[in-house]
Amino acid sequence: MLLLLILHAVAALSAPLLVRAGGNRVLYGLALVPAAASAWAFANTGDVKSETYPWVPHLDVDLALRMGPLAWLMLLVVGGIGAVVLAYSSKYFTEGDPNLGRFAGVFLGFAGAMTGLVLSDDLIVLYVFWELTTVFSYLLIGHSPEQAAARRAAMQALVVTTAGGLAMLVGFVMLGEHAGTYKWSEITAGQLPEGGYLATAAVLILAGALSKSAIFPFSFWLPSAMAAPTPASAYLHAASMVKAGVFLIGLLGPAFGDVVAWRWVTVAAGVVTMLLGGWAAMRQHDLKLVLAYGTVSQLGLLTVAFGAGSRTAALAGAALLVSHALFKAALFLVVGVIDHATGTRDLRELSGLGRRMPALAIAATLAVASMAGLPPLAGFVGKEAAFAAFEQEPLILLALVAGSGLTVAYGLRVLWGAFADKPDTARALPTPSGAALVGPPLLLACAGLIPGLFATRLDGVLAPWAAEFGGPAYHLGLWHGFGLPVLLSVVVLGLGLSIFAAARRRDSWPAQRFPAAESVYRRIMGAVDRAAVEVTGFTQRGSLPFSLGMILVVMVVIGTVTLALGAPWPAGIRLWDSPLQLVAGAVVAASALLAARARRRMTAMILVGVGGYGMAVLFILHGAPDLALTQFLVETATIVMFLLVLRRLPAFFSARPLVGSRVVRNVVAVASGLVAAGMAYAAVSGRQAVPISVDFPDLAVSYGGGTNIVNVALVDIRAWDTMGEISVLVVAATGVASLIFRRDDALRGRSTSPSGSLTNGGPGWLRAGDTPEARRQSIILQVVTRLLFHTIVLFSIYLLFSGHNEPGGGFAGGLVAGLALTTRYLAGGKPELNAAAPVDAGLVLGTGLLIAVGSGLAAMIAGGQVLQSALIDLHLPVLGHIHFATSAVFDIGVYLIVVGLVLEILRSLGAELDRRHDAGSASEAATGDDRVKELV
Amino acid sequence: MTPNLVYVVVIGVLFAAGVSMLLERSLTRILMGMILLGNGVNLLILLGGKAGAPPIVGGAPESEMADPLPQIMILTAIVITLGMTAFLLALAYRSWAMAGHDEVQDDVEDRRIMLLAERDEGSGAEDNS
Repeated sequence: MLLLLILHAVAALSAPLLVRAGGNRVLYGLALVPAAASAWAFANTGDVKSETYPWVPHLDVDLALRMGPLAWLMLLVVGGIGAVVLAYSSKYFTEGDPNLGRFAGVFLGFAGAMTGLVLSDDLIVLYVFWELTTVFSYLLIGHSPEQAAARRAAMQALVVTTAGGLAMLVGFVMLGEHAGTYKWSEITAGQLPEGGYLATAAVLILAGALSKSAIFPFSFWLPSAMAAPTPASAYLHAASMVKAGVFLIGLLGPAFGDVVAWRWVTVAAGVVTMLLGGWAAMRQHDLKLVLAYGTVSQLGLLTVAFGAGSRTAALAGAALLVSHALFKAALFLVVGVIDHATGTRDLRELSGLGRRMPALAIAATLAVASMAGLPPLAGFVGKEAAFAAFEQEPLILLALVAGSGLTVAYGLRVLWGAFADKPDTARALPTPSGAALVGPPLLLACAGLIPGLFATRLDGVLAPWAAEFGGPAYHLGLWHGFGLPVLLSVVVLGLGLSIFAAARRRDSWPAQRFPAAESVYRRIMGAVDRAAVEVTGFTQRGSLPFSLGMILVVMVVIGTVTLALGAPWPAGIRLWDSPLQLVAGAVVAASALLAARARRRMTAMILVGVGGYGMAVLFILHGAPDLALTQFLVETATIVMFLLVLRRLPAFFSARPLVGSRVVRNVVAVASGLVAAGMAYAAVSGRQAVPISVDFPDLAVSYGGGTNIVNVALVDIRAWDTMGEISVLVVAATGVASLIFRRDDALRGRSTSPSGSLTNGGPGWLRAGDTPEARRQSIILQVVTRLLFHTIVLFSIYLLFSGHNEPGGGFAGGLVAGLALTTRYLAGGKPELNAAAPVDAGLVLGTGLLIAVGSGLAAMIAGGQVLQSALIDLHLPVLGHIHFATSAVFDIGVYLIVVGLVLEILRSLGAELDRRHDAGSASEAATGDDRVKELV
Repeated sequence: MTPNLVYVVVIGVLFAAGVSMLLERSLTRILMGMILLGNGVNLLILLGGKAGAPPIVGGAPESEMADPLPQIMILTAIVITLGMTAFLLALAYRSWAMAGHDEVQDDVEDRRIMLLAERDEGSGAEDNS
C-alpha cells in the first residue's frame, strides 16, 4: 500500500516535466497510476490488508495503513474514476496548454492523497491526507488564478473545509488521548469513552465530515467550486473528495452508532441537504450547476444512509456511494464534452444535440437512469436498500421519496436540457468530438451496470463491515420480490415525472437559495478581515521604535507580573566575588549611561568601546580567560569598523526625538532595566538542578582530547552551535559586501583589485610609499606594520592550535590574524591590504566553510556522528610526539571564516568607501575648476 | 546560589541604556543600543554560572572551576555580534549614501493598513462582492 502512495507522489512530481516533454498524450500513461491503485484493490478483493511503518515514534504516530471492505470500495472508485478522468483530460485540454502539466501534477497528487486517506488506519495520518486533499482541491478550483471568481471559490472551499477539519482534529485528539493510541482499529477494539465526552468528540468529527461533503449548512462551497475545470469537478467534487466525509461517517459509524447526537445530526442534516439541494438543482440553467446541486442533494442522501447506523442503511449507503460516483462522474464528463463542442453549458441555448451526438446521449441516458434508480443499474440496488432500511420510520421514508422524486426530476431536466429538440431555440452546431472524449463518459455510464448485475458479489465483500452495525441482516440484490421498496420506486418515478412536467410548464422555478449560509460565511470573513485591519493598524504602526517599544512593554509587564507573583527570591545576596568587579562594573555602567546621552557619533562609539573593554575585565575576574580574550579582540575590531564607517557619516546623530517621546522612551528604558535586573536577581536562585556542565571536564579530556573545556566544547560538544554561528558569519560578510558594492561594481571592483596590485610587480617588501595614495601616509608606520605582520599571523596560528589546551582557539586566532590585516590596511590603505592578503575574501570564507563542513562529514563517513572528533597520536622523527584531535580541522575552518569576515569588512567598509570618497572629492574638485574657468 | 549585586546592577544599567538607544531612529544609534543590550544579556548568562578559576583541566580542582557552559554560549554570542555589527554598519552607510541620513523610516505597507483602519475599511484581500 505504501508503494501505491509512493507511486502517486513520484508521478505527481514528475508530471509537469513529462507533460512538457511529451504533450497531452502523456496523460494516458499517467492514468495508469490511479488505475494501479484500483487494480491492486480488485486483486485483493475480500482481503483485509494492513501495513505499519514507524513515522513519528516520539508521538506514537505510525504510518498505519489498512484496507477494510469500505476502504476497498473507495479505492476502486478513487483509482478507477481517477484513471478514466485523467485519460479524458488528455483530449479535454487543448494540445500544448501551458497549465496542463500543473493540472496533471496536482490531479495525481490529489489522487495519491485520496488513496492515503481511505487507507489510513491512524487518525493523525488520516487527518494529514484529509487536509492534503483540501489543499489539492484548492489548487484545482483555482486552476485559472486570473479569474476572480475562481480565486474566491477556491478560498471559500479551503476556509470552510479546513475549519471543519480543525474541529475534526480536536475530535480525533479527544478519542486518541482517551484510548492512548491513534490507530482506529485499536481504538474500536478497546473501551470507548462514555457520555458527553464521546458525544462531543462525535459532533466535532462530524463538523469535519459534513463540511467536507458539503452538507447543510456547509453546502454553499460546492456549487462555487464548479469554477474548477470540468474534469477536476467530475473527479473531486462529484466522485471522490466529497465522498471523504461520507466515507468517514461510514468508517466510524459502527463505533458511534449508539451516540444519539451522531445519528440525529447526520440524519437531520442529510435530509435537509437532500431536499434543499434537489430543489435548487431545478432552478439552475447551467448544466454543470444542475449537477453540482444534484451532487449536494445526493451527498445528503448518503449521509442519511451512513449515519443511520443500521446494517441495511449502511449497505444502502455503500451501494449508493459507488453508483453515485459512476453516474455523476459520467454526467460531468458529458457536460464537459458538450461545453467543448458547443461553447456553452446553458440549457436554454442547447437544442437538438441528441441527434448529432447519439453516443453521448446514450451515455447520459444510462447515467440518468442509474440516478433515477432504474433496474438493472447500480442506483436501483442502492435505492431499494435505502427504502428497505427506513421501512419502520415513515418520516424519513417520506423525505427519501420526496428527495428521490426531485432527483428524477432534475435528472430529466439534464437530459432534456442537453439533448432535446427545443422548438424556439436554434439548433446547436457542435464541433465533432472524437471517441477519446465521448468514450470515458460512456465507459463510466456502462460501468453503472456492474454493481447492479454483481450486487450479490458486492454484498459478500461488504458484509463483514456492514455486520459491525446492528440490525437485521440484509443483502444487496437486484430483486427482492414485490414489497414496499419496489412500490416506492414506482411512486418516485411518477413523482419525478410530474415534478419535471410541472417545472416545464412554469417559466421560473420558485426561488429557494441555500438559506443565509453563504451570506453568514461572507459576513464572518468580512468581520475577520476588518478585525485584522484594526488590530494590525493598531499594533503595527510601521514605526520601528513603536514596534520595539511594544515588545519591550510586553516584556516589562510579563516580567513584572512573574516576579511579583511567583519568582523564587533568593535568600541572600553577595556584593561581589572580588572588589575589582566593582571597579570594572562601574566603568561598564558609567560608559553605557554616558553613551546613551552622547549626541556625537564618535563620542558614543568610544564610550561603547570602553564598556566593551570593561566587559572583558569582568570576564577575566569571573574566571573566563577565553571570553576575555575574544571580547578584547572583537571590541577592537568593532571600533575599527565603526571608525571606518563613521568617518563618512555626519558627526552628530540626526534629529533628536521630541521631548514627549523622549520621556516615554526613558520610562520604557528604566522599566526594562529594572525588570532585567529583577530577573537576573531572581533567576540565579532558580538554578537548583545540577548543571549539565559538571561532566564537561571529563568529556573534554576523554572525548575532545583537550584540557581547555570552553574551546573543546566549541568544536566538539557544542560543535553544531559553532557550525550555525560560522554560517551566520559567512552570511553577514556576504551581506556587507552586497550592501557596499553596487551590483555592477561588485564584479569589477572585487575581482580586479587584489590581482591588480600583484601584476604591478607588487610594492616589494619594505619599499613603501610608491603609490599616490600612500604618499599621504606614514612610511615608517607602513614599514613597521610589515615587519610585525608575519609575527602576528604566526602568533594567530599558534593561538589556533594551542586553543585546545590553553586560551585561544579558532575564533581568537582568526581575530588576531584579522587585526594584523587591519593594521596593514590602516597603515597603507588598499594597496597594503591587497599586498598582505592577495585573495578574494569570498574565497577565504568559502574555503573555511568547506573545511568546517568537510571535517564534520568526514567524521560521518568514517562511521561516527557528524562533527564527532577522533584523537590521533603520531611519532614523527624530528617533531617528536604529536597529539592531534581531528576537531582541530574544524577549528581551522572557523579560523579562516573569521579572517574572511574581517577581510571582507576591510575591503567593503574600508577600501571601497575610500574609493568612493576619493571619487566624490575628485568630481567636486573638477566642478570647482569648471566654476573658476567660468569666472575667468 | 546567591546573586552577585555588582552584576545585577550592571545588567540593569546596560539594559536601560541599551533600550533607550534602541528606541531611536538613527541606525548607528540603534546598533550601539544593541551592543549595550547584548553586553547586558551576556552578563545575565554569565551570572547563571558560578565564578571561579579558569575552566582548564589541570589548572585548578574541578570544584573551584568556573562553570564553562555559560562561557561557551557567550563566546558564540560575542562573535555573532561582530558579524551583526558589520552588517548593520554597512546598512547604515548605504542608507546614508542613498537617502542622506541613516534613519529608519516608517513602513509604507503598515501606513496603508493604518489608513484603512481609520476609514473603517477591510483589506479587500477577499473581495466578497
